[in-house]
Amino acid sequence: MYPILEKRLLAEGIWLMKVHAPRVAHAALPGQFVIVRVDKHGERIPLTISDFDAAEGSVTIVTQAIGASTRKICALEQGEALADFAGPLGRPSEFVHMPLEELRQRRYLFVAGGVGTAPIYPQVKWLKEHGVRADVIIGAKNSRMLIYTDAMRKVAEKLYIATDDGSEGFKGMVTGLIEELVGKQGEHYDECVAIGPMIMMKFVALTTRKYALKTTVSLNALMVDGTGMCGACRVTVGGRTRFTCVDGPEFDGHEVDFDEAMRRQGMYRTQEQRAAAIEAEREAGHVCRIGLDK
Amino acid sequence: MANKIPRVPVREQDPAIRATNFEEVCYGYNQEEAILEASRCLRCKKPRCVEACPVGINIPEFIAALHEGRLQEAADIISEDSSLPSICGRVCPQETQCEGSCILGIKGEPVAIGKLERFVGDWKLEHDTAPKTPAPRNGRKVAVIGSGPAGLACASDLARMGYGVKIFEALHEAGGVLVYGIPEFRLPKQRIVAREIEEVKALGVEIETDVIVGRTVTIDSLMDEEGYDAVFIGSGAGLPRFMGIPGENLNGVVSANEFLTRANLMHAYDAEYDTPIYVGQRVVVVGGGNVAMVAVRTAKRLGAEATIVYRRSEKELPARVEEVHHAREEGICFRMLTNPTEVLGDERGWVKGVRCVEMELGEPDESGRRSPVVKPGSEFEIDCDVVIMALGTSPNPLLAATTEGLETSRRGCITADEHGATTRKGVFAGGDAVTGAATVILAMGAGRTAARAIDEYIRSL
Repeated sequence: MYPILEKRLLAEGIWLMKVHAPRVAHAALPGQFVIVRVDKHGERIPLTISDFDAAEGSVTIVTQAIGASTRKICALEQGEALADFAGPLGRPSEFVHMPLEELRQRRYLFVAGGVGTAPIYPQVKWLKEHGVRADVIIGAKNSRMLIYTDAMRKVAEKLYIATDDGSEGFKGMVTGLIEELVGKQGEHYDECVAIGPMIMMKFVALTTRKYALKTTVSLNALMVDGTGMCGACRVTVGGRTRFTCVDGPEFDGHEVDFDEAMRRQGMYRTQEQRAAAIEAEREAGHVCRIGLDK
Repeated sequence: MANKIPRVPVREQDPAIRATNFEEVCYGYNQEEAILEASRCLRCKKPRCVEACPVGINIPEFIAALHEGRLQEAADIISEDSSLPSICGRVCPQETQCEGSCILGIKGEPVAIGKLERFVGDWKLEHDTAPKTPAPRNGRKVAVIGSGPAGLACASDLARMGYGVKIFEALHEAGGVLVYGIPEFRLPKQRIVAREIEEVKALGVEIETDVIVGRTVTIDSLMDEEGYDAVFIGSGAGLPRFMGIPGENLNGVVSANEFLTRANLMHAYDAEYDTPIYVGQRVVVVGGGNVAMVAVRTAKRLGAEATIVYRRSEKELPARVEEVHHAREEGICFRMLTNPTEVLGDERGWVKGVRCVEMELGEPDESGRRSPVVKPGSEFEIDCDVVIMALGTSPNPLLAATTEGLETSRRGCITADEHGATTRKGVFAGGDAVTGAATVILAMGAGRTAARAIDEYIRSL
């Protein structure tokens, strides 16, 4: 069991949890993820690591309650425990293995969307600790849905905010802000790293392609085991089938077939939605008498 | 003198009923039936069955003890060579091993050795409840990677020799392929697998789940930081193969590994569990091995019309005869000499069928089987909404990639000698990780061989 050391609401439906998992904390690097199972009946779901502290033995995850399983995770309280927390999985971000001399010559642009803002944090933090410059764009629907802005401000060279309704920062999508920075203001970056909803990463990649700006994306594909066994996370990158869990989760955004990746994410959607609905009914004390819960 | 009666038939669940549930197909013998079947054994002076058993169980002796009603003794005789009799009695391919070489099989039916082993194994789980005292510890530690048949067998033997043994398992439950691969209706999880694992733990073996060696820890960190004197790799062959044909990434195409892991490990067929599984109306399973058979029978149990598509003829099916027979009884459709060339999708990207070609058998290939060749102009389509690829698996490259000096073959199998020693000092391996996908009993045998080699190695330090 993996006790929850701390739980905090970051925005509506988005929870931060610091989990006691010493082995994972000790081995984790930016870009990796964990497989979490909430209880005996839970699914194994992949969540990107949002922070880790080897000394404390803790790993931070940020979860948005959207499906039956993420809602169950978010319903746990501090002091309660997750049944399983396996990782770190996947390959670390490429820059972790680059020679520091070379890395310090580079300038990064991070583009974060929604709950994807959290896994950007350990990457920017790592770069800051190693003396590498990184600007960050955080995008959200409105100012209330922004997360990690204070933490990010401490590690990013410059922090830009974009909200759809203009309630904070730039009014519009993150892609508009990229156009503004790279296109109009002529800012130079060597690499863009985008993490967020699949649709956002698709359009970020389309935008940066115009500027020939190398773009890395972190895919949140469906998985079961997370170790290469099942192949549920198959994705086409540069015309080749890759497994997100072992070959990724980070890939060249200009090579990823996003339309296929988005379609594959929906493989179990109807069933997940049904499971979420049944769970909600159960919580409300409803007992199904016509067998829909079977 | 042996009893000249025909082989005692084994009771099974009615095919029409069992095709709708996940309970065990075969009920096995009761004591009376087992003793009667045991009476058929000739007690050969040179028992060919023992030679044909990968772990050399003293078969005539245990059958004799069983025949005379000395069940504890029968169990003890098996225990000398096998730590998982209830499992092997169910899943071993006896028809090509012990039973395949039984002298009675020349003119009639061989002794039902598998069913007898199963009876004795199950009796032991039920009755041999005397508390086990772990052997005195010798102060040396061995790490075992993977809790499947190879790892469990290696760990039990080492624990009996007095080593402190810890098994590291990547998934959340111990058992490896016994838990994620083989379905409940072939091998009951709680009643059999979990209890055989408890037996192993009773010997003093520790099991730590959620540890992916190569990611969470490495072989080096286990030896250098955690003080293990040796490591045994029994990580199996878990990587699924795909065909590389167009349409394979459509929604509805899954590997047998994914399908079975959802059903078995994650209990997707049970409404109490959250993991979804998708079967649609019609399922096509591509492949002809044991994995293809359990996948197609699982799909049938989940309510789909289920078909096997295999590129050779029935004679070449690599699956066990019993499995094919059970599948047929349950109403599985077999399309032999058929090979998919493309998975067809609808406008939303979901599977709507498979385009296939008919095959005919040509010259024998390097495996000795006649190789299938395409019949010109034979293209046709099968309507379906799920395609399950059961084309075999290969070992996970993670350990080799993260361990300096650990060599693998071109097919990704870990290089090991006949004792299980790898190219890295103190690191041993066995089972599917070395051979590629094979059987439970071979993996178990390899685990036991490696245990002896590990003992010798540590003594030499």
